[in-house]
Amino acid sequence: MQVNQKEFEPVIAAFCCNWCSYAGADLSGTNRLSYPSNVKIIRVPCSCRVNPMFILRAFQRGADGVIICGCHPGDCHYTSGNYFTRRRMTLLFSMLDYLGIERDRTRVEWVSAAEGAKFAATMNDFTETVRKLGPNRRLEDLRCRKQ
Amino acid sequence: MRKIGVFVCHCGTNIAATVDVKAVAEALGHEPGVVVSCEYQYMCSESGQELIKDSIKKHGLTGVVICSCSPRMHENTFRKAAASAGLNPYLVEIANIREQCSWIHKDIASATEKAIILGKAAVAKIHLNTPLTAGESPVAKKALVIGGGIAGIQTALDIAEAGFEVDIVEKKPTIGGKMAQLDKTFPTLDCAACILTPKMVECAQNEKIHIYSYSEVTEVKGFVGSFNVTIKKKARFVDETKCTGCGLCTEKCPMKKVPNEFNMGFDNRSAVYIPFAQAVPKVAVIDPANCMMLKTGKCGVCSKVCTVGAIDYKQQDTYINETYGAIVVATGYDPIDLGKYDEFAYSQSPDVITSLELERLMNAAGPDGGTLLRPSDKKHPHTIVFVQCVGSRCDDSRGKPYCSKICCMYTAKHAMLIREKYPDTDVYVFYIDVRTPGKNFDEFYRRAVEQYNVHYIKGMVGKVEPKADGKLSVQASDLISREQLHIDADLVVLAAAIEPDKTARPLATMLTTQMDTNDFFTEAHPKLRPVESATAGIFLSGACQGPKDIPETVAQASAAASKAIGLLCKNSITCNPCVAHSDELMCNGCSSCEKVCPYGAITYINKEFTMPDRTVALRRVASVNPAVCQGCGACTVACPSGAMDLNGFSNSQIMAEVDAICK
Repeated sequence: MQVNQKEFEPVIAAFCCNWCSYAGADLSGTNRLSYPSNVKIIRVPCSCRVNPMFILRAFQRGADGVIICGCHPGDCHYTSGNYFTRRRMTLLFSMLDYLGIERDRTRVEWVSAAEGAKFAATMNDFTETVRKLGPNRRLEDLRCRKQ
Repeated sequence: MRKIGVFVCHCGTNIAATVDVKAVAEALGHEPGVVVSCEYQYMCSESGQELIKDSIKKHGLTGVVICSCSPRMHENTFRKAAASAGLNPYLVEIANIREQCSWIHKDIASATEKAIILGKAAVAKIHLNTPLTAGESPVAKKALVIGGGIAGIQTALDIAEAGFEVDIVEKKPTIGGKMAQLDKTFPTLDCAACILTPKMVECAQNEKIHIYSYSEVTEVKGFVGSFNVTIKKKARFVDETKCTGCGLCTEKCPMKKVPNEFNMGFDNRSAVYIPFAQAVPKVAVIDPANCMMLKTGKCGVCSKVCTVGAIDYKQQDTYINETYGAIVVATGYDPIDLGKYDEFAYSQSPDVITSLELERLMNAAGPDGGTLLRPSDKKHPHTIVFVQCVGSRCDDSRGKPYCSKICCMYTAKHAMLIREKYPDTDVYVFYIDVRTPGKNFDEFYRRAVEQYNVHYIKGMVGKVEPKADGKLSVQASDLISREQLHIDADLVVLAAAIEPDKTARPLATMLTTQMDTNDFFTEAHPKLRPVESATAGIFLSGACQGPKDIPETVAQASAAASKAIGLLCKNSITCNPCVAHSDELMCNGCSSCEKVCPYGAITYINKEFTMPDRTVALRRVASVNPAVCQGCGACTVACPSGAMDLNGFSNSQIMAEVDAICK
């Protein structure tokens, strides 16, 4: 199937921890720093709340990229949550790599509540990266595709 | 099936200008379970809230989705509105279509499409929300103040004034902190000791205040209202209850060559010592590193001369356990170590000193009785160079990126005091900027320049070199006249950057509070909650939160005290109901959750289960203490059997959101 790259709009799910990154996303809004509307944010209490299953589910349901944002290492509201995230995601991403999912479709970023500009820049960059990769075909369950 | 109401807010034009709110309400109205979907100009207004309340009653709603600003803004407002209409407040979800949609997108079509998807995700989630009831836990009517400087003292006095008990834990043998070492204070030039020591005495005499001096906090468990704290009282080898502070032991102690920390090492003290004359508690302490008796077992002079028998060489560290309702952190600051600043010759010449060292040299209770003499030859210095911003506003790894805030003012104070006392002295101040934003601060600085003729030169000092004749050769650039300057100085004073106390970082870990990259404690909100940490029940006082001068520190200390008093006044507090819970039938007792829990909220219990063959067996299962759990969700992901889930952010709720977003 030929894909028209111009018309392709990636679906991007962003998991943001409530204390830093979600607040960082709010700050980029307050400062009117724009990023593509492809990015949809899901609020979680801590980045360590993100079960690898959520990411697999997102890809299954048609997401083209998944990004997890948390507090900077050492700044976790819950002391150590983002360290768990870092380890879990390293493991998950290496498994996705093994399955042939491009490494650039997934990302973990640390964005503090004060880094609105970083949040917007990260989302701009990530969306462009995923756009270039094209649609996620390998993990998408076609039965889930919107009619 | 839930009966869901969707309420789309215009937020004036904040949302409505970029999101077609009518289209959003229309689209969400077709979602399963949605019985009412409408839009309104300001949902958070009184009439907007009435609209929500009326709809809840009229349609018998069992779930409310509000498409509006960030939940960080108005989640509580809408929860309260729902609760007042008889709906469980946790059956309210917010789709953030302002900060995360209308404000960042310009294209109306794509912004509207995104707003609809965010709304759908919230509707999908609310189908799975369960009514939650916040539990209550009791509040211990006692506060702990960590740090006994001016911040801790003021906080403790204010809390005690309100009638609550307070304990101060101070790591040094006396309270007083940095302010006790200062000479005069800007901009009024009143003597630091004269205004501080009465407060120290007040602390000691107040029956509501207990001072644990020479002590440290070693463990903090529990949560707001009921912090269980272990305090280590270091052995001071002197019985505090017996010592009268007469000082005879310090006079007779044969070991008199110990550098005196209080005077920044400019003179010596004995191995058994009282830090300074006005110390509180005025009790001697033996420094085990220098005491002959403790090191070699030979001496015992202090024990012989003590008339009350207070000396106890066998004293051990003791540990005290206490429960507190609130904790106030007041750990303060320290000047940075200037060892890395070789260009200023700080470690090479005794005549290059820090500003805090100058405070001691100029202090009437200091090593030279207040006469300003050079440390090297005890002669009066005639040319003094002050260097500002040593390690402050610094890009490289040696210093700190922030402004230390107090240096401009104390340098103006030092310069002024020196010029007043010794008019024959030339005083130069090298600065990057002079920052004087405070009441009467700029007037004070201008007095230093205009009345006292202090030479302020905009520029940085490049190098300080000790010369053979005892002078210090200072090379600097004047940025305004664009000249290279060369000054032969007698004394160079460095305004060292200030950094948080070294004990702050481990303490933050114990308290599970946040810190910024510079190790300053992070406040819950930089503008609206400046004295609370993000961890409930932990408050911030003084320079542990950021560089501050004395008036600001005292203001913040009183503010922190009032916040702590507000908490201590309550008999019980409502807990966050969004906590983890374990499905005991699924749990296999593997301990994975217990290992990742940062709060120790998970314990294992042996519970009786009826097995398939109808026998009763004891099984080890996880049990979450909802009062301790903070709801991070680490355990839910660690659990291999899927037994652990989180209220408000359950696996199925997040999955439903993922589905709605990715479809």
